[in-house]
Amino acid sequence: MTTLKVVVIDYGIGNVYSVLRALDRLGVQADLTSDRSRIMAADRVILPGVGAFGRAADTLRKMNLQGVIHDYIATGKPFLGICVGMQLLMETGEEFGTHQGLGIIPGTVRKITARDEVGQPCRIPLIGWLPVEESMPGIWAETPFQRNLRTNAFYFVHSFQAEVVDPSHCIAFHQLGDSRITAAVRRDNVLGVQFHPERSGAVGQDFLAAFLSM
Amino acid sequence: MKNFRLIARLDIKMQSLIKGIHMEGWRKVGDPRVFAAKYAAQGADELMFTDVVASLYKRNTLHDIVRQVAAEVFVPMTIGGGVQSLADVSELLACGADKVALNTAATGRPELITEISTTFGSQACVVAIETIRHDGEWLVMTDNGRNHTGRKALEWAREATERGAGEIVLTAIHKEGVGRGMDLDLIGQVCDAVRVPVVAAGGLGTADHLAQLVNETSASAVAVAQALHWDRLTFADLRQTLAERGYFTRPIVA
Repeated sequence: MTTLKVVVIDYGIGNVYSVLRALDRLGVQADLTSDRSRIMAADRVILPGVGAFGRAADTLRKMNLQGVIHDYIATGKPFLGICVGMQLLMETGEEFGTHQGLGIIPGTVRKITARDEVGQPCRIPLIGWLPVEESMPGIWAETPFQRNLRTNAFYFVHSFQAEVVDPSHCIAFHQLGDSRITAAVRRDNVLGVQFHPERSGAVGQDFLAAFLSM
Repeated sequence: MKNFRLIARLDIKMQSLIKGIHMEGWRKVGDPRVFAAKYAAQGADELMFTDVVASLYKRNTLHDIVRQVAAEVFVPMTIGGGVQSLADVSELLACGADKVALNTAATGRPELITEISTTFGSQACVVAIETIRHDGEWLVMTDNGRNHTGRKALEWAREATERGAGEIVLTAIHKEGVGRGMDLDLIGQVCDAVRVPVVAAGGLGTADHLAQLVNETSASAVAVAQALHWDRLTFADLRQTLAERGYFTRPIVA
């Protein structure tokens, strides 16, 4: 594990300190960078992100990162998007207008409009620890969800959710009132999680360790 | 899935964990890093650190503590006290904070709330409201309970969220530090006034207080200080109360 080259993409967005510390705890000295050659040479790439989809997408574009991200993904090596980093994998995001994402996974990012048991709109942002469910039987095979996670509880904080076009791209969800909220997406070597593994205690560590050893 | 967060609240003065009563008369409790690790291991869903003398010194001094805790404890952290600018927020986030709480500076310049939430996201922008009950109203105080703002809690909570705050931490000064119960009327009214999560604080001393809070208000979380620091109750007690009422309580793993 310690010889693995892990890159965390540096585009000025996201709680990168926590991601780096969580990886450090697993014995990995990750490289925080936006440099093309270092990203392409990596064995694993993580795209963090918090805040507004539009701002994150614009920043990626301004820094010319969308090209190298596509090129890295095309190599087939594992890629992980966290929170807004996961949402950026989608085609578009709707917040103060429509913004273009990376287009790796067909679908749109929209504001959560779930209602609770008494029909009241759920409070947004959604904040807290929640368990996730497998969206289809067997779809967790060959993903970190099936790899000795100590328990099932992850920390979420978000106001928007990814809505996929192809149901098989959503691999995990949590139930919020009357709605299923996307918790994880996957397309081949690309994995995205809405929750924060670097903030999900021991099980978050397990999840990151499993991603690193895919 | 219903969830309700239990937050360990740590007030810090000059690098020590302290606890006051009605925000005065601080007593030293111990090393904040030790207590943070302990509470996280016991199931705290989040940690909240406040630098209680930051407004006096015009800055937040928790950076080293935040960095050290963030390197060992992987649960979310909210940091507050003396936060006055985008640069202050940026520095704290870079140390590992997930959310930054504003109070004094926001009441003086509410535009700051919008600046922070548009730059870092509303989920990173918490507005802390400290209030006392006076003549049938709840008045907003700043500088850790020392100064009046002329604002009222309900209106200010609404304004703060309209300007972009993603969470409100509501402390009833008249209840805090003594563990004899929370101001459920205040909490209920503020919860009804906003659509963001509200963290209730001030006065929780027993598991029954938590039961009342969840039964009678739509608060999303509770911040507990004194009862934990002085060992009057534990996270196990509080988690039990939530589990009995159908809330998801995450399994504690080594």
